[in-house]
Amino acid sequence: MAPILEVSDLVTRFYTFDGVVHALNGVSFDLQAGETLAIVGESGSGKSVTMMSLLHLLPMPPARIEGGSALFHDDSGTIDLLKLNRAEISRVRGGRIGFIFQDALSALNPVMTVGRQIAESLERHLGLGHEQCRRRVVELLEKVGIPGAKQRYRNYPHQFSGGMRQRVMIAVAMACNPKIVIADEPTTALDVTVQAQIVELTQQLQRELGIAVIWITHDLGVVAGIADRVLVMYAGRPVEIAPVDDLYDHPGHPYTIGLLEALPRMDAAGSKRLISIEGSPPDLMAPPAHCQFAWRCRYAFERCWNEVPPQVSVGPQHHITCFYDVNRERPRDNV
Amino acid sequence: MQRYILSRLFQSIMILFGVLFIIFFMLQATGDPVSLMVSRNASPEEIEAVREAMGFNRPLIVQFGDFIAGAVVGDFGDSLRHKQPAMDLILERLPATVELATTALFMAMLIGIPLGLLGGSNPGSLWDTLARGAGLIGQTIPNFWLALILIIVFAVKLGWLPAFGRETWQFLGITLPTRSVILPAFALGLFTMGQLVRFTRSAVMEIRSEDFVRTAYSKGLSDRQIYIRHILRNAAIPLISIIGVQFGYLLSGSIYIETICSWPGLGNLLAEAIGNRDFALVQAIAFFTSLVVVTLNLLTDIAYGLADPRIRYGD
Amino acid sequence: MADAAQTKGTGLLVDQEADQGLGAKLVYVGRLLWRDKSGLLGLIMFLTVVFSAVLAPWISPHPPLKQDLRAAKRPPVWAAKGDISHPLGTDNLGRDLLSRIIYGSRVSLTVGFFGVLIAGSLGLVIGLVSGYAGGRTDNVIMGGVNLILALPYLVFVVFIAAILGRSLINVILIFGFTDIPIFVRITRGEVLRLRESGFVESAKSIGAGRLRIIFDHILPNLLGPLITIATFEMSAMIFYEAGLGFLGLSVPPSVPSWGNMLATGRKYLTIYPWIATFPGLAIVFTGLGMNLFGDWLRDALDPRMRRLKR
Repeated sequence: MAPILEVSDLVTRFYTFDGVVHALNGVSFDLQAGETLAIVGESGSGKSVTMMSLLHLLPMPPARIEGGSALFHDDSGTIDLLKLNRAEISRVRGGRIGFIFQDALSALNPVMTVGRQIAESLERHLGLGHEQCRRRVVELLEKVGIPGAKQRYRNYPHQFSGGMRQRVMIAVAMACNPKIVIADEPTTALDVTVQAQIVELTQQLQRELGIAVIWITHDLGVVAGIADRVLVMYAGRPVEIAPVDDLYDHPGHPYTIGLLEALPRMDAAGSKRLISIEGSPPDLMAPPAHCQFAWRCRYAFERCWNEVPPQVSVGPQHHITCFYDVNRERPRDNV
Repeated sequence: MQRYILSRLFQSIMILFGVLFIIFFMLQATGDPVSLMVSRNASPEEIEAVREAMGFNRPLIVQFGDFIAGAVVGDFGDSLRHKQPAMDLILERLPATVELATTALFMAMLIGIPLGLLGGSNPGSLWDTLARGAGLIGQTIPNFWLALILIIVFAVKLGWLPAFGRETWQFLGITLPTRSVILPAFALGLFTMGQLVRFTRSAVMEIRSEDFVRTAYSKGLSDRQIYIRHILRNAAIPLISIIGVQFGYLLSGSIYIETICSWPGLGNLLAEAIGNRDFALVQAIAFFTSLVVVTLNLLTDIAYGLADPRIRYGD
Repeated sequence: MADAAQTKGTGLLVDQEADQGLGAKLVYVGRLLWRDKSGLLGLIMFLTVVFSAVLAPWISPHPPLKQDLRAAKRPPVWAAKGDISHPLGTDNLGRDLLSRIIYGSRVSLTVGFFGVLIAGSLGLVIGLVSGYAGGRTDNVIMGGVNLILALPYLVFVVFIAAILGRSLINVILIFGFTDIPIFVRITRGEVLRLRESGFVESAKSIGAGRLRIIFDHILPNLLGPLITIATFEMSAMIFYEAGLGFLGLSVPPSVPSWGNMLATGRKYLTIYPWIATFPGLAIVFTGLGMNLFGDWLRDALDPRMRRLKR
């Protein structure tokens, strides 16, 4: 499989009154055509900022993208998303990369019919006329499983339930047959059964249309069922990237281990209480010249307080950013 | 929507009853309303005569009942000074005030809304500075002083505009304003202009940072499309209520301007009535302006409900 | 554009003031003031007015009531017949305009200060009761508030002033009482908002009493919005006082106040325009100062506004 997106060394900062926030400090990853990559991390780890940086969706100022590249490959060649101007990036947004946002109620315009909101992108990217647009919108609404699409197309967002609104959001993102869909915690605001439906719908559409999906979440539990690979982020840096089974079976970074331990377990004898990761959160205002996780890491040793760890490979597709080898319970000597 | 309108209508009626209550008991609160109305050196016989004529010697509850009954059919008794029904005097003066307030509203909208849009969509730009400045000026220059200054500059020094009185001209039987309205309308409308600038600017700035605008960007729409379809349309809805409230303010707040510019409207009538201690007329004006303001608010709420699908298709 | 990204979505920006001492907070406020010079300017303008009110007897060139008919209707110093002993000229009775404006600030600030004090403290108590009690009490209070807010304010203020008659106390009481609803509404809104928020919930869950919650958690959070509103309301009261004075419904004519001066000035508008001009400028100066400061205060207290570096 060929990569469709290669991001390397992405650096984004926010210049605020209180100081400079080092939101992203060199994020690198790649995305293969048709796969699902989950990005996991706590709030502030830079999951969403990474995606919004790629599509120039951050408010500038205060945000500034200060380095890196994001190569997007498709039939028409290769482009660096970070180098595009306003007009060029707007052709990519919605056309080749779709976006599903977290809270569909606030992410949809309350005073515009959902039909219009989907049609907007069709007009923009596919140049469809009025009648074609209408037909395609109804088709899309049916495809995402909205009953009575022909009538509901004229309804406003508040007239839909939460799950139905999220389906509309998916229709917006998929309208123009994009190559990549970025789903930014699309199920957080929904209850569990609806969550499952939305996950299933996304997977089904992904298979049908051959879309690569980047699924942002803070919930490792959701990841297991959907992702091919997982990227774990901490303090604006990727700390571990691995195929999903590999990650669950052999987590290599102390932070990932902590996240997995914090999951409520069904198999354990029920007596074990929830474990949380202790210690202070990272300081994004004045990032230290050492590992940001050292403050909370139970394995931290002297080197962790002196250097920022580089990425090391521990398997064919498994990379971590850590000086300590948790399997052999001693510092790595090959970095 | 129907329930929404009915509940607003009910609220408006309750408010109007509250207004009648306040107006009636305000005069009683001082102890003896008659002493307010007669001159200081009136003889006891004269005072008694007025008391008799105004019906103040009856029990309070009877007076209040009468007052309400009269008010419902628009009868507030006769003006002491003019010896005419108070309501007739009000209706006679109403057109002048409507002309003044309407002109002021249009002037304010014409300047305020575009300036607010320009400022709000280019934060930190020259337009934004201008908009902030205009908003501040509207809020810090009292209209009674502005009117005086405008008269000094444009009427006395430059002689461009008439400063006092109202002139109209008749066209096909319709009474139309002349340039005599420009100066007082501008002075009256400045505050509203400032409010519209401030409101429009902040509405646009706020909506620009809404999630659905980010969604619109993520769909690849152009700045122009996003601006017109998503930002302006959403900003226009709350603007309806600001304009409604401001129109009420202009209709009921023209007392200074009308006094200064000898504009023969309701404000002028109110100032005269207070000068003459003609409290039946003051009461009638207070109720009438409240009626106008409450009705305007009701209409504004209905217009708002029609414009916002969340209310139009709500239950 | 996508502002929400960095404030809501990721929670990147952790509130820094949470555990700072008073000194550090003051330094922070100072930095905010210095960044937005208009707020600083507004504060300086307002303080200028306060100082001239306090120091009036020492800085006025003449007693404000002293008439001098030989020096009557003198234009300001830069005009042809101006005279340095009356820098802003004199009125129809030869009273020094500058001195009267300086003394006039006392009336304006007294009305504004005590008016806001009455409206603010009563509004705070009523708003707390309304927000906390809820149910029928809340409905009755809010019914009254909405009734008063729906009235044409100017007409009623003029009406009441005409009934009560001219005196400083009456003017203060009129504004103090008619302005209560504004403070009730803001207090109630904040109480309802804070009651839902996490820290009040958690205080309740550890068994803190109702009064304890009000004093420890709700009042400190109310302070910011209340001070901001107080600034704007005080400036509005100064306007309305001048307006009433202009109609002859505020303090007695013998008291030097900006409104009374404007009323005099209006009579001589076309021949001696400076008599009306300068007291009006004083009102604008005060209003400008308070509004600049109030705008700054509001932005400074709104974390979202503060975050964006202009």
